[in-house]
Amino acid sequence: MTDMASLMEDRAAAKVISDKMQKPVDWDNPKIARNIKKRYAAERRFKMYGLSAIGIALLVLCVLAGSIGSKGYTAFFQTFVQLEIHFDPAVIDPDGTGDPAVIGRANFDGLVKRALQEKFPDVTARRDKRNLYGIVSGGASYDLRERVLENPSLIGQTRKVWLISGDDFDMLNKGYIDADVDESNRRLNDQEIGWYNTLVSEGVVEKHFHSRFFTSGDSREPELAGIWGAAVGSFYTLLVTLTLSFPIGVLAAIYLEEFAPKNRFTAIVEVNINNLAAVPSIVFGLLGLEVYLNVMHLPRSAPVVGGLTLALMTLPTIIIASRAAIKAVPPSIRQAALGLGASPVQTVTHHVLPLAMPGILTGTIIGMAQALGETAPLLMIGMVAFIVDVPGGALDPATVLPVQIYLWADSPERAFVEKTSAAIMVLLAFLVLMNGFAVYLRKKFERKW
Amino acid sequence: MAVVTQSAMTAEPSVASPKMTARDLNLFYSDNQALYDVNLDIVERQVTALIGPSGCGKSTFLRCMNRMNDTIDGVTITGKVTLDDRDIYDKHIDVVQLRARIGMVFQKPNPFPKSIYDNVAYGPRIHGLVNSRDELDEIVMTSLERAGLLKEVKDRLQSPATGLSGGQQQRLCIARAVAVSPEVILMDEPCSALDPIATAKVEELIDELRSNYTIVIVTHSMQQAARVSQRTAFFHLGKLVEVGETDQIFTNPKDERTKGYITGRFG
Repeated sequence: MTDMASLMEDRAAAKVISDKMQKPVDWDNPKIARNIKKRYAAERRFKMYGLSAIGIALLVLCVLAGSIGSKGYTAFFQTFVQLEIHFDPAVIDPDGTGDPAVIGRANFDGLVKRALQEKFPDVTARRDKRNLYGIVSGGASYDLRERVLENPSLIGQTRKVWLISGDDFDMLNKGYIDADVDESNRRLNDQEIGWYNTLVSEGVVEKHFHSRFFTSGDSREPELAGIWGAAVGSFYTLLVTLTLSFPIGVLAAIYLEEFAPKNRFTAIVEVNINNLAAVPSIVFGLLGLEVYLNVMHLPRSAPVVGGLTLALMTLPTIIIASRAAIKAVPPSIRQAALGLGASPVQTVTHHVLPLAMPGILTGTIIGMAQALGETAPLLMIGMVAFIVDVPGGALDPATVLPVQIYLWADSPERAFVEKTSAAIMVLLAFLVLMNGFAVYLRKKFERKW
Repeated sequence: MAVVTQSAMTAEPSVASPKMTARDLNLFYSDNQALYDVNLDIVERQVTALIGPSGCGKSTFLRCMNRMNDTIDGVTITGKVTLDDRDIYDKHIDVVQLRARIGMVFQKPNPFPKSIYDNVAYGPRIHGLVNSRDELDEIVMTSLERAGLLKEVKDRLQSPATGLSGGQQQRLCIARAVAVSPEVILMDEPCSALDPIATAKVEELIDELRSNYTIVIVTHSMQQAARVSQRTAFFHLGKLVEVGETDQIFTNPKDERTKGYITGRFG
């Protein structure tokens, strides 16, 4: 029994080693004491590094949030001017038809202008008149029309109406235009500031909550521009992204993790998925431009194309997160199911997938949040266009929140500065909401084993 | 370590009409051979214990018997394993059905993170063994009863199985295996994660289950093998060294290595 003999030899060798370790350790030895001191010092240092890293991160975050918040919060309020409007039947509905089509075509702009002229009758020069009309936004006439269409009995009456002001007056009212600067260097001349002061002293200038910002699409006039068009565009884009990338990503992850043989081919696939996750997003944009627009002739600027492009970008993220979640399911659960005679597919759908779901959903939402904030690939496929209408579907031209921010940041009007910051706040609010939802899902579906 | 060149295989006393047999079974993990020409008969309605030092291939052999090794990449198997004289590695054999006929209990209790009821009901559900809710209830109750667990859990069948103690979880796993009415139950060190009291309960249970099922158990505890089994097989370095009646193996082993192992001289 040679193997028996060698076993006995091993035991003898082990005995010699354990004899050597019988000598007691001298814990009071100064060398050992120094070593302990060093270890504690290292621990304290490490803790300090960690704390300072967190401190720096928090500081940067505070500065960022503070600067955006302080610049942007004014965009949620808008200056309104109260004017006495005479709903002149001769202008609105000269024949007294009461037909909404006739009323809709009426010159409400003229009513506003007339009210302004009555307020400041001494303005006669053509250029001055144009400046005077700038007090009230061009959009005010649409508001008046809505009002009259809703309530035709207004015709013939004279009412005090709050009208949305022009962007320069809004800026002046919010203190962004400094009256002490030389006249040639500011947007409003002395006469206009005089009108403003008159109106303020009469108490007809007020800041109201700017609901239009949340309900309308983009506009050339800052006071009329809203975030809703971009938000709806983002929604359709993400919807397309999610419906494509979630099932494809999860199925790919399940196949690679549970069914694929471990050979050279799957190794190459794996490496390439990881590489794809690191590809700059603009490259995906160019791919989308070439494949979806040039080859497949899908509509330009449409959320469907944006969604398809972003799905390409999100897929690797979802696959990697899902694989990690599937891998984290203990093999004992799979063995238990297989040992009972469950087929591999039953094992996955009944046990592995439900246990991996929290991780998969978290990964998916993080991928979606990434897609929500993505700009570069969408510029490539034309979603950077100026679009006023709120999109009604995934095939309508649209823009998305980050591109809207980019467009507004690029606009010359002073009033777009605060709009940009406000849009950033809305985008961040969506991101926080989505991440909060991810945390909620994880907590809800988390199960111990 | 020197390789044993002589054929140390003790000629096995052939058993009349065995439930399962292994003939010339060789198993390779990629290039490493883990089992060498194993020939073993499993007798119906008896407990067969597989003993041997760690890494001797007894668990590997056990996993060959319900084809659980199929799930590991790079495993190659030659030879033959039969259940009721049919080769289970035949390509016409349905693995899913085979594993329903040969149940398995694992080293660590591995209940599904579901309710106690759903754990036991899972097998009958996926195999479509029941037609009504009442039938399923009955199977669950009978299985828990057989596993000696019913008294402890009957008031909380809907509470999560992971809330049970380790010993209860292991008996739940046995109930879960029993619920699909297997013919053979394979147990891979079912008591290694349990305390002595839970171990005693499981051993008692194994003894009772013997009247209905054929049981193969891998164990590191010589006492356990002596207590619960009727036949014992000793594995060493991937070879089946000796197999026989448990009494005979423990009192009068024919092979020097068996003698060395059971007297605690190595392993």
